[in-house]
Amino acid sequence: MKTDIILAGVGGQGILTIATAIGAAAIKKNLYLKQAEVHGMSQRGGAVQSHLRLSSRPVASDLIPRAHADLILSVEPMESLRYLSYLSEDGWLVANEEPYKNIDDYPGMETIMNEITSLPHYVLLNADQIARKLGSPRSSNIVMLGAAIPFISGLDAALMEDGIRQVFARKGEEVVEVNLQAFRAGLQISEEKIKKI
Amino acid sequence: MKKLLLLGDEAIAQGAMDAGLSGIYAYPGTPSTEIMEYVQGSKMAEERNIHRMWSANEKTAYEAALGMSYGGKRAMVCMKHVGLNVAADPFMNSAVTGINGGFLVVSADDPSMHSSQNEQDSRYYGKFANIPILEPSNQQEAYDMAYEGFTLSEKYRVPVLLRITTRLAHSRSGVKRREVLPQHSLNLPQDTKQFILLPAMARVKYRILLSNQPNFREESLHSPFNKYFDGVDKRMGIIACGLAYNYLMENFRNGSIDYPVLKICQYPMPIELLKKITDECEEVLVVEEGYPFVEELIKGLLGTGVFVKGRLDGTLPRDGELDPDLVAEIFWKGKPLPHKTPDWISRRPPMLCKGCGHIDTFLALNEALKDYGPGHVFSDIGCYTLGANPPYNAIYSCVDMGASVTMAVGAADAGLFPSACVIGDSTFTHSGMTGLLDAVNKNSPVTVIISDNQTTAMTGGQPTPGLNRLEKICEGLGVEPDHVRVMVPLKKNHDENVKILREELEYRGVSVVISRRECIQTASKKKRAAKKSKKTNT
Repeated sequence: MKTDIILAGVGGQGILTIATAIGAAAIKKNLYLKQAEVHGMSQRGGAVQSHLRLSSRPVASDLIPRAHADLILSVEPMESLRYLSYLSEDGWLVANEEPYKNIDDYPGMETIMNEITSLPHYVLLNADQIARKLGSPRSSNIVMLGAAIPFISGLDAALMEDGIRQVFARKGEEVVEVNLQAFRAGLQISEEKIKKI
Repeated sequence: MKKLLLLGDEAIAQGAMDAGLSGIYAYPGTPSTEIMEYVQGSKMAEERNIHRMWSANEKTAYEAALGMSYGGKRAMVCMKHVGLNVAADPFMNSAVTGINGGFLVVSADDPSMHSSQNEQDSRYYGKFANIPILEPSNQQEAYDMAYEGFTLSEKYRVPVLLRITTRLAHSRSGVKRREVLPQHSLNLPQDTKQFILLPAMARVKYRILLSNQPNFREESLHSPFNKYFDGVDKRMGIIACGLAYNYLMENFRNGSIDYPVLKICQYPMPIELLKKITDECEEVLVVEEGYPFVEELIKGLLGTGVFVKGRLDGTLPRDGELDPDLVAEIFWKGKPLPHKTPDWISRRPPMLCKGCGHIDTFLALNEALKDYGPGHVFSDIGCYTLGANPPYNAIYSCVDMGASVTMAVGAADAGLFPSACVIGDSTFTHSGMTGLLDAVNKNSPVTVIISDNQTTAMTGGQPTPGLNRLEKICEGLGVEPDHVRVMVPLKKNHDENVKILREELEYRGVSVVISRRECIQTASKKKRAAKKSKKTNT
């Protein structure tokens, strides 16, 4: 098996936490893994992405070739489209609906939504809203992680929950628990979407 | 042993520690910062009492590391590629003195300039200094090279350069550890004159370095990091260096490649292997990250020998980072992409954080200078370089660490008035202080604005070497105490700050304005940590 994932968002939105959680789970499963991150200047409110590659065989390149990503997971709607050329023909796009507008020329939401909904395989959800309802606005990235799980072959929900426990362990039991809830809420949305097709 | 999931940077740190490292020295710089940060966060480093404090700049870091090597212990110094320019003096000369305890120099290059001013290739420095270079292709090799680099260094008593690039530095993968070695104990060099580069002694030492060159080549020939893979199709041979080897192999996923492939990860280049591939094949393709270093050496200036393809003939782009797609295009024209990135997507460049003190500093400075027109402010390297972008458009230079002060001095010499500069606190202590001393000595009419956020912010909030001592430092360098002013960059202080800046800009001598407010990132991190510790205490 192999799953190539592009993680997208804006610096500070927590995509590296998503990557770390998936990475922790993949290592437990003895999968081969490469995960390229963006550090440094772009982290200051700029567009950031991470290439995450899981495989049962050794992975060569740290970067995913274009048209090879099985999944684009984005915590921001416009950012989900920035890397569309990486998406494989049958790949899934899973994106947060809530825009992050820190630029003057942010395109119209309708344009963005039209582009996303014209893709053959997509899941849209408002992760910020779900996280706010859970009383933990900072967990919206983990809601997105939950929504992505059905599209990552080789990893399952139980394994991922262990990964989340590991990542948040040093922040205390309360934080672990609310992130597990966030994770399950996202997962449920994707599972329902899959059932419909 | 269980595999660790490590960034390339972290793999280097772990490899060095497992090899018995006694001290790491560094100044933060993307993409090298995480090497030191990993050691600082490691329990093993604490248990082994490994020296792991940041230095004021790359030169002081390098020299301190060399001092530890003088003491017979294994030392590592880490920096970004342009940091090696700052440390170039000790670097070149340490190749001549040689080392005592194993000595590893890590330079992290940044092709495509993700967070840098240029994309210089550190391998030239290795060749310049006539020392061995290691260039890992993956995280495991990064670990192994740090581990074995010390052995190589001690065998020939020379520094060894470990060169990585951004992509490997900041990419994670599983890494297997090796046996943990004991640290060396204090043991001074047997030759008490080894480190004295008086001309007569330097000439002797330099000849020793030169006489070792064939040995270095022999090491490269037998190095496990260099490999020759035979292939049946001799129409082309491929030389792939470091990380570029992965981009090549990505395109032959079943592992079978018909052309002979020479993987080079240790330099100086193994001549026998180069000869083999160039003799056997009609033409040679060179795939390397960075400058066409290997390509140019093989091709020669006249290009009359082997037919070589690479970055010089346009087979690959002359500049920028490689990726698997660029390498794929050499072998086959790709199918059209199933999905295309829409062309209406807006750029989202990095920007100053909401509430950042630099913003209030720039707004006050812009107003103070509005009657003078553009072009009066030099600047430097840090978050505040983003003041070059709209809506601020506040600065007119960013060249190298500390250059803002000295360029302002030179421009004042040329008649520019007012001549001002904006420099961060950490950049000021890195390389700005000596420039300020120049300004004081000739009473140059310049205003140095130190935008003091009390941290090294751009690289993630490392401690700043001149914390709470900037006034004393400036006065100590000879700036008149009346012209060392402090302001707090907040909206509510705007009018007062404009007044302070105006007064100092109009002063016909050296003035310093310290605009001080803590970085909001480190401030909120501290707040969160305090909240957490309060919670656990109750």
